[in-house]
Amino acid sequence: MEFLDFNVLIGGEAGQGLQTVGEAFSRALVRSGYRIHVTQTYESRVRGGHNVFAIRFGAKEVLAPTEKVDLLVALNGETLFLHRQEMAPGGQALADEAWEIPEGISAVRAPYKSLSGNGFANTVAMGVAGALLRIREEVLAGALEQILGKGKASLAEANRRVLSSAYRWSKEHCTELEVPSPGAQAVPRIVLNGHEAVGLGAISAGVRFCAYYPMSPSTSVAMTLVQWSKEMSIIVEQAEDEIAAINMAIGASFAGLPSLVPTSGGGFALMVEAVSLAAVSETPVVILIGQRPGPATGLATRTEQADLEFVLHAGHGEFPRAVFAPGSIEECFHLTRKAVELAEKYQGPVFILTDHFLADSYRDVEPFEVEDLDCVLPGEEPGAIPEGGYARYAITPSGVSPRLLPGVSRHLVVADSHEHTEKGHITEDLSLRPKMVEKRLRKYQGLAQEVVPPSFSGPQDPELLLVGWGSTKGALQEAASLLSRAGRKTSVLHFSQVWPLVDAQFLERLKQAKTTVCVEGNATGQLARLIRRETGFKFPMQVSRYDGLPMTPEYILARLARQ
Amino acid sequence: MVNIEQYGDYKTSWCPGCGNFPILKALKEALVGLDLEPHQVLFVSGIGQAAKAPHYINGNVFNGLHGRSLPVATGAKLANPGLVVVVESGDGCMYGEGGNHFLAAIRRNIDLTVLVHNNQVYGLTKGQASPTSAQGFVTRAQPDGVFSSPFNPIAVAVALQAGFVARSFAGMGEHLVEMIQRGIRHRGLALIDILQPCVSFNHVNTYDWYRKRCKPIGPEHDPRDWEKAMALSLKWGEEIPVGVIYQNDRPAFEEHFAVLKEAPLLGRKVDKRALEHILEHYA
Ligand SMILES: Cc1ncc(C[n+]2csc(CCOP(=O)(O)OP(=O)(O)O)c2C)c(N)n1
Ligand code: SF4
Repeated sequence: MEFLDFNVLIGGEAGQGLQTVGEAFSRALVRSGYRIHVTQTYESRVRGGHNVFAIRFGAKEVLAPTEKVDLLVALNGETLFLHRQEMAPGGQALADEAWEIPEGISAVRAPYKSLSGNGFANTVAMGVAGALLRIREEVLAGALEQILGKGKASLAEANRRVLSSAYRWSKEHCTELEVPSPGAQAVPRIVLNGHEAVGLGAISAGVRFCAYYPMSPSTSVAMTLVQWSKEMSIIVEQAEDEIAAINMAIGASFAGLPSLVPTSGGGFALMVEAVSLAAVSETPVVILIGQRPGPATGLATRTEQADLEFVLHAGHGEFPRAVFAPGSIEECFHLTRKAVELAEKYQGPVFILTDHFLADSYRDVEPFEVEDLDCVLPGEEPGAIPEGGYARYAITPSGVSPRLLPGVSRHLVVADSHEHTEKGHITEDLSLRPKMVEKRLRKYQGLAQEVVPPSFSGPQDPELLLVGWGSTKGALQEAASLLSRAGRKTSVLHFSQVWPLVDAQFLERLKQAKTTVCVEGNATGQLARLIRRETGFKFPMQVSRYDGLPMTPEYILARLARQ
Repeated sequence: MVNIEQYGDYKTSWCPGCGNFPILKALKEALVGLDLEPHQVLFVSGIGQAAKAPHYINGNVFNGLHGRSLPVATGAKLANPGLVVVVESGDGCMYGEGGNHFLAAIRRNIDLTVLVHNNQVYGLTKGQASPTSAQGFVTRAQPDGVFSSPFNPIAVAVALQAGFVARSFAGMGEHLVEMIQRGIRHRGLALIDILQPCVSFNHVNTYDWYRKRCKPIGPEHDPRDWEKAMALSLKWGEEIPVGVIYQNDRPAFEEHFAVLKEAPLLGRKVDKRALEHILEHYA
């Protein structure tokens, strides 16, 4: 079977070490030869509430979250009740012997307290579950040790002991579960979540400056840069607000450091004026928007894809931009690199749209070939430009002007938020204005030539074509495979760059399919509307999800069945 | 030797008689006196009449958004700590729209020289009250007089232990040149609040009004004595003290970045070996 995979769901309160258990499992599974896909959901609180870390694993690439649980690892009693409806046929739960077990659930009841000694209940659960899943104890112990860090030797030691006794108990009292057999992985794979991949992509592309104001889910991008700031010589500054963050990045970029600003919808709303500033001053800046449900503060820790139109239109006046929407960990890495390159090349704002689900979703990927990666280095050699003759905004056929950096040569670099002369000085010369507008807009031609085409997978002449963008990629692909196997020839068209749109790259596909459905994590069908506006193509059907949870194959199939 | 011609002579869009003219002249003289060449200096400003000043002087320029000069200047200084960065702003731009950045920049103590052309009014938008307008100040937008109490930039800066806090007056050329030079020499954030007559919209705080009141601070004041500086910062009225009110030796913000210790980050390629090593961490 193609989707021979297994879904472990670990549930508990915030503060119970869920993240540690989940990450250790993820790594251990990958080291054991599995491919993984992680979905995290949590409430907006630091302690308490109900959080979930779900790992779906198998021998082949796992594309999407699923709604059926094969092993429910409960770190508290409530978890058993909250997820009892989701248990797969034959599914098992792991619980403390003292907890009440809801009717209909088959559970392994472990003595969490006596095995844990002193407050390591999460480690007990990890050990018992590890044994049930046939993960070798040393592999899980090694992953745990790595996550806890080298700092606290006594803590690692204590955890190690608890893990051992949990394995021993499990071997004596339980039967191992039927799990898919691992695949043979040629290369050791690395495990990253979406925002770690964005951060590493940015670093590899040469980003040296990051300013941010904390906001879920984008803070994790800044944290990845902070984590490696010393090794990679990066300045990361927590600004006083989002307005400062983007203006600082623009200042740093103007003076020569490739810059990244991670934020989320509400924070981005504050940055919008400076998006125009980057455009008119022709200063490169990459803005990452980790989408979460709005309007305003919305659901702070849930997921949605509803900021496409906002980002597309953010900023006053008319200017070119590019908007990326990665759908996988690899795309998070490579498209962030591309965003940095394009910002530098076309000297203006470039956007990356992720979301809460993708930000926190760990997956295994092949290590990136660092040797082959280029990085950007802003600023040109002044060469033959006479000292007094440098014009920051020289009007060129491509719209891109030579960029020198202030203070690096004797040339004076003048940048302005007003309409300006070629030399950068404020002007009210209305005959110059159209020339400057056109110069900036000409960059679109270059940007359009570099658009990443939407990816197409599945039969060439589908009965049904599923169309989507960003993080729903895997769910679309799995839904398409399931439908095809059930006899309905289905293909997928996925946009990982949502602006500019180049008709020639996709319009025929839309027209050729018997039926097309646009699947989006928002209520109004923003991509569908954009495609209609740009091409006139109207989707006959839409699937929308906006309850704060990620798109799943099951959700898509259920919605299609209703239409 | 640098001479004043290098800094250019431009037509401006200021009203004849505006206090911005002597400030611009003093700025050029200060830079010449420090033997700085135009390409060594970056002028950063926001929006307003005062914020146009960088367009009327030779140098590198980033003229950005209303109220946002300080974040831009901060980013640029971190990118290239070798630049002398001078921020030019009006009181509305700096203390109104940019108020939060003003507080944050002082706390960071980044090495910038902040010149605020303080005319107690919004000039460019035609005469509304600004954060420094006196209570009762009547404008077309505030026909019943300003109700809010005025923002005291000097007291706020001293309270936050800014690196260097001074006041000067557009009508005191030499004094102003000296203040700007001391501000640029100071390592850390230097605020120079410059009293600037607006001949079009402020008919109260005129050249004469200031001339009668501005009194240079005597040598008896020790600018390193925070409590005395705090007391002095509150003085305003029949006598307005001008000069260095407060100064300390807090390290400048850029010094705390370990990655800036060896060399600026500008022009450095990505260290691929280090990156490879980092990727191993995720295995
Ligand atoms: C975000 C934004 N809000 C408002 C304005 C309009 N505006 C331009 S200058 C200015 C006030 C200028 O006053 P001040 O900073 O004191 O400078 P002055 O003109 O008096 O030198 C305002 C409100 C703007 N350009 N941007
Ligand atoms: S409006 Fe006032 S501040 Fe502006 S130029 Fe005229 S006199 Fe100067």
